[in-house]
Amino acid sequence: MLRANGATSLALTLALAVTAPEALNAYTVYVTNEKDNTVSIIDSGKLEVIKTLKVGQRPRGVMLSKDEKWLLICTSDDNSVQVWDTEKLEFVKTLPSGPDPELFVLHPTGNPLYVANEDDNLVTVVDIANNNVVAEIPVGVEPEGLGISPDGNLLVATSETTNMAHFIDTASHTIVDNVLVDSRPRVAEFTPDGTQVWVSAEIGGKVSVIDPKSRKILAKIGFEIPGINADAIQPVGVRISRNGKLAFIALGPANRVAVVDTATFKVEKYLLVGQRVWQLAFTPDDKLLFTTNGASNDVSVIDVEKLRVVRSIKVGRYPWGVVVARH
Amino acid sequence: MPAVLPSGASAVRNRSLAASAIVACLLLAAPAMPAPAASQPLSNAPAAAHQRVTIVLARERRDLPPPLSLLDMPAANDAVAGAELAINDNNTTGRFLAQEFALAVVEGLPADALIAEVEARVRQGAAFVVLDVAPSTVLALADRLKDAPVMLLNAGSADDGLRGEGCRRNVLHTAPSRSMLADALAQYLVWKRWRRWFLVLGTDDADQAFAAALRRAAKRFGAKIVQERAFNLDPGNRRSDGGHEQIQAQMPAFSQNVPDYDVLLVADESGQFGDYLPYRTWDARPVAGTQGLVATSWHPALEQWGASQFQNRFVRLANRPMRALDYNVWVAIRSIGEAAARTRSARANDIIAYLRSQEFELAAFKGRKLSYRSWNGQLRQPILLGTPKLTVTVSPQPGFLHQTSELDTLGSDKPESVCKAYASP
Repeated sequence: MLRANGATSLALTLALAVTAPEALNAYTVYVTNEKDNTVSIIDSGKLEVIKTLKVGQRPRGVMLSKDEKWLLICTSDDNSVQVWDTEKLEFVKTLPSGPDPELFVLHPTGNPLYVANEDDNLVTVVDIANNNVVAEIPVGVEPEGLGISPDGNLLVATSETTNMAHFIDTASHTIVDNVLVDSRPRVAEFTPDGTQVWVSAEIGGKVSVIDPKSRKILAKIGFEIPGINADAIQPVGVRISRNGKLAFIALGPANRVAVVDTATFKVEKYLLVGQRVWQLAFTPDDKLLFTTNGASNDVSVIDVEKLRVVRSIKVGRYPWGVVVARH
Repeated sequence: MPAVLPSGASAVRNRSLAASAIVACLLLAAPAMPAPAASQPLSNAPAAAHQRVTIVLARERRDLPPPLSLLDMPAANDAVAGAELAINDNNTTGRFLAQEFALAVVEGLPADALIAEVEARVRQGAAFVVLDVAPSTVLALADRLKDAPVMLLNAGSADDGLRGEGCRRNVLHTAPSRSMLADALAQYLVWKRWRRWFLVLGTDDADQAFAAALRRAAKRFGAKIVQERAFNLDPGNRRSDGGHEQIQAQMPAFSQNVPDYDVLLVADESGQFGDYLPYRTWDARPVAGTQGLVATSWHPALEQWGASQFQNRFVRLANRPMRALDYNVWVAIRSIGEAAARTRSARANDIIAYLRSQEFELAAFKGRKLSYRSWNGQLRQPILLGTPKLTVTVSPQPGFLHQTSELDTLGSDKPESVCKAYASP
């Protein structure tokens, strides 16, 4: 079945490739390739890889500093976060991340950095300017996803084996509350207005929408795709458009991205992408969404307005994380 | 290696435990970090009083001959280390929920003494007993405790009878059954188009049972056993100065004159001769079964599905790789922890009801949720196929379809189940 899907996916993306979008603002897309120890750099105007960067071992989570001068990469097998200069594409330094960093998030002011240490049941708080660890916050077993409220006051960390979203006060570095969600929570993402946080549960197959004030679960979103076994629907990456209207959820081995209306919590559409889709990133104008498809070594490009997959771009082996820069 | 043997073969060695008649330790495995949030109530829940769940791990002393390879000597803390890791994991979660899990290990005892000791623990209030014991001991305990609010979790026996005619309402099975292991292997061999099998079996009851599971799998998935041969072991000391010279002559002769076949399947659960077969067969053929390519619930080198962190945690705790028995015990104790967290209760009846419900699901580093079959209490799980060093594949294989869960293509499915105890709730 998976093979058939893979073939259909490929055929579809090939067919759609001829209808490439008109020239848009050209942004720079960075994709970490977990298996290759590289970052593929894509020009969002040309929709092609323009450079491949050799980085540390097992690059996974990736993001930009607030001024976008630095690319921050979780190089998990080096137990560090690497900092690269985005202009010169040169290695700058490593940050003290704690062991096996996988995902991270920056405070909206640009500093500090919050890192999930999956191997140590900790969230490490790192001052990225001074290169020192500010605090370590004990959380549940295998912390993974991190989301921060737009005002920067509340950090949400998911722990995969404890099955919780931990709500952490960023001023005191203490846990204010814990919310049980479905099995193996992976990603936590706030809506732009800060009134909701969306938490995906990979094995549970659901996304919980939580009110960060009351910590009540407002809705649980499930997914049904004809012909796809429920076990294969495994939500991981979550991104919400800047206008707050649509949420895009990567469904892993279901090879689909679900488009959810944030007002009704209804799934509007399933977009067929590459295999084992995990992470997602919008362009700054919200016109395109890039998805990393680990098992098919490519990135799918979604036209956000038309809700169509318009291109698939071959990158390195096992693409994992993705981030888009303004320039 | 025993890590990839059906877990029934991993008995306590008389030798290593003879001195310790009962090693009953109470482990309050507090995670080695502060618990800053323990005082924080969980949202939507009243500030609960502290709850405590005691879990007994019972291991029967069984006298088995040592394995052929020095690499396969079971660790003294086989199973126990898996239990300790699960207790740690449960407690890390539990400190956010004011729940605490304690482990009591009862081991090194023969069946009768073990049963008495477990009954004593139950009288003291333990409601969950994880078992690494012979099938007959599972049944004896299940029958003696049938009126108590107790759930037994079989982590050590692959016996199909315990999931079939001998099933009991108060027993769940985290160890895969022999038929699940055989089906997992058969699906891959059929996918590989190695459909003609030469079956070599030992003389133990366990070997006969595994051979029966292979015959059933052959029929189910369209393979053919072209010949069966019993290997009559001449028991002796496993170690002597020299030995390979004779084996090198003996094994080709034993495997001569077999009708054309694709793969040799060996049924030797206690590992007395199976490891002599690879590279020594008359025809150049791969070996699978209890040796060679082996079906197992866990592989010490698995790194997919987030297993790396899990393996790392185990190695830090036990200073050795995790084996299938450790994993089966971990799953049993994590199941209890998961049910306690979801019900926010330490009451045995609440936890047992949740374990049996359709809501129960467990993430256990196999890429999909695990749950218990409603018709015989068997844990539904993907089965790994591996060589001693690496995982080769994971079954169910693509193309083996099922109307509800592809995992139910492994082992006894609902329509064919002969388990009566689970038929009416």
